[in-house]
Amino acid sequence: MSRIITRRRFLIGATMTASALGLSGCDALVESDRTKSVLKIAEGFSMKTQRFLLGDDALAREFTEADLSPVFRANGTSMPDNPQYLDWMNRQFSTWKLEVGGLVEKPMQLSLAELKALPARSQITRHDCVEGWSAIGKWTGVPLGALLKTVGLKPEARYIVFHCADEYEKTLDGSGWYYESIDLVDAFHPQTILAHTMNGRDLEVAHGAPLRLRVERQLGYKQAKYLTRIEAVADLGRLYGGSGGFWEDRGYEWYAGI
Amino acid sequence: MATIDAGAATGRTVIYRHSLLVRLSHWVNVLCMTVLLFSGLQIFNAHPALYWGQYGADNDPSFISMEAVEEGDRAKGLTHVGSLTFNTTGFLGLSEVDGEATARGFPDWLTMPSYQDLASGRRWHFFFAWLFVINGFAYLLYGLLSRHFRRDLLPAGNELTPAHIGHEIVNHARLRFPKGPEARHYNTLQKLTYVAVIFLLLPLMVLTGLTMSPGFNAVAPWLLDVFGGRQSARTIHFLTAFSLTAFVVVHVAMVILSGVFNNLRSMITGYYAIEQGDKQ
Repeated sequence: MSRIITRRRFLIGATMTASALGLSGCDALVESDRTKSVLKIAEGFSMKTQRFLLGDDALAREFTEADLSPVFRANGTSMPDNPQYLDWMNRQFSTWKLEVGGLVEKPMQLSLAELKALPARSQITRHDCVEGWSAIGKWTGVPLGALLKTVGLKPEARYIVFHCADEYEKTLDGSGWYYESIDLVDAFHPQTILAHTMNGRDLEVAHGAPLRLRVERQLGYKQAKYLTRIEAVADLGRLYGGSGGFWEDRGYEWYAGI
Repeated sequence: MATIDAGAATGRTVIYRHSLLVRLSHWVNVLCMTVLLFSGLQIFNAHPALYWGQYGADNDPSFISMEAVEEGDRAKGLTHVGSLTFNTTGFLGLSEVDGEATARGFPDWLTMPSYQDLASGRRWHFFFAWLFVINGFAYLLYGLLSRHFRRDLLPAGNELTPAHIGHEIVNHARLRFPKGPEARHYNTLQKLTYVAVIFLLLPLMVLTGLTMSPGFNAVAPWLLDVFGGRQSARTIHFLTAFSLTAFVVVHVAMVILSGVFNNLRSMITGYYAIEQGDKQ
C-alpha cells in the first residue's frame, strides 16, 4: 500500500512540477523545502568549481583612480540606531574597540588608532551588489590574514565570523543583527582587509564606519559594515539563524562568488 | 512543380530526422531557457536598470531603466531607453500585484517566483544555468563527434549566395515551405539561424553571465576586457536574452506554420514526414 501512496505522491509531485514550470505564477513549487534543498546543490557546485579554477590566491581585478565611481552608493544600514554605536560615533570612534576572539590563542582588543597604525593594504576594487549594480571604490585597511596570524588561530577554527553594530531587522530574539562569515581561504586571501579608509578618507558612517570587511571575490552583502567583533569558530550552525550571515539566514547563498 | 508522386500512395516519405541526443538536449534546453528567462527577469527586477562600463548604480547614467513615478495622486510606470521615455504603466515599471499597483520592473506574470524574491530567483537561475551548461556541452560534443554540425548545420557554399538566400526569404514570407528532397535538410535560413543561436547567442549568455560573477572575474579577468566591464556584460546578457526570446517566438511560429504535428513528432520520436512535391 505504501508503494501505491508513494507512487501517487510521485505523480502529484510530477504534475506540480510540470504545471509550475509551465506557469511562472505557480509559486507552490518555489516555496517547497525539498525544491529549495535541490536548488541548493548549485551553490556547492559553483563554489567548488570557482575554488578549483581560482586556486586560493587569484586576485580580484584592481582598477585605477580614474575608474572610481563618482558616487559610491551606500546600501543596507546607513545609520545604525543602536545607542552604543551612536555613542562611539559621537566620540569619533575613539572609545570603539574591535574584539578578536573565539577559537584563537591570544584574544585581542584593538582601538581604531591601533588598527590604523598597523601595516595596511590599499586596493581599488569593484563592489557588486547582489541586486545587480556595481560601484568602484578605493579601500585601505589591515589584511585580515596578518591579524589572524597575530592572534593565532586554534586548529579547530574553520570560519571567521564578523559581528556588526547594526540591527538590520528588528526581531524579538535578536536574530536581526547583521553578521557575516567567510572561510579560511577567503580570510587569508591577500585582498581580504578590514578597511578603515575609503577613497583616501576615514570610512563614512553610511559605508560602515569605523571598520568594514572587504572580501573582494564575493558580493556586496559579504562586505560586513560597522564591525565590532571578529570570532573564529568551528561551525556556523549555532550563530544567529545558523546559515552564516544575515542574508544567508534569509535565503541567499553563503558562497557569494556568483 | 516538377516533382510528381511517382507511385507513392500516400505521397509521403518518413525520414529519421533528429537523433536521440538532439531531441533530449532540445527539450532539456526548453526547460532550462524557460526557467532562466523568468528567474532572470526576477533578478533584473531587483535593480531594473542597465549600464555600460565597469560600474553602474543609481547615480550613474543608465542605458535602459524602469521606474514608477507619482504624478498627482496617480502613479505611472516609465521605461527609459537612452534619452527616450515611454509610459509603460501596467506592464513595465508599475504593474498590478494582487490588484494593487506595485513598483516593479517586469510584471508578476513574467517573473519566477511571481512575487519579489531575489534569493529564490537566484537559486533557480543558477541551478538551471548549471543544467543548461552541462546539457550544452553534451550537445556540442555530440554535434562535433557525430558530424551533426557539419552535416546538418553548416551551409553549403552555394546556399550562401544572395540569390539563394533572397529566394528563401521570399518563400518564407509567403509561408511556402520546402517539400520533396529539399525538405530532407534544413534550409539556409534555418541553418544560419541555428548556427547563430548555438554558436553565438547561447555562448554569449554563458560568458556574459560568468562575467557578472566576482569570483569568476578573478578566474578570468580577460572576460571583463572582452565585454567592457561587469555592467556592460549585464546589459549584453539582457539584450541577448531578449534576442533569444525573439528567436523562440519566431521558431515556435514557424513550427506551427510548417506543420505543428509533424514538427513536434520529429522532435519527440525523431521521425519526420516529407510531402512529395505539391499537395494534391
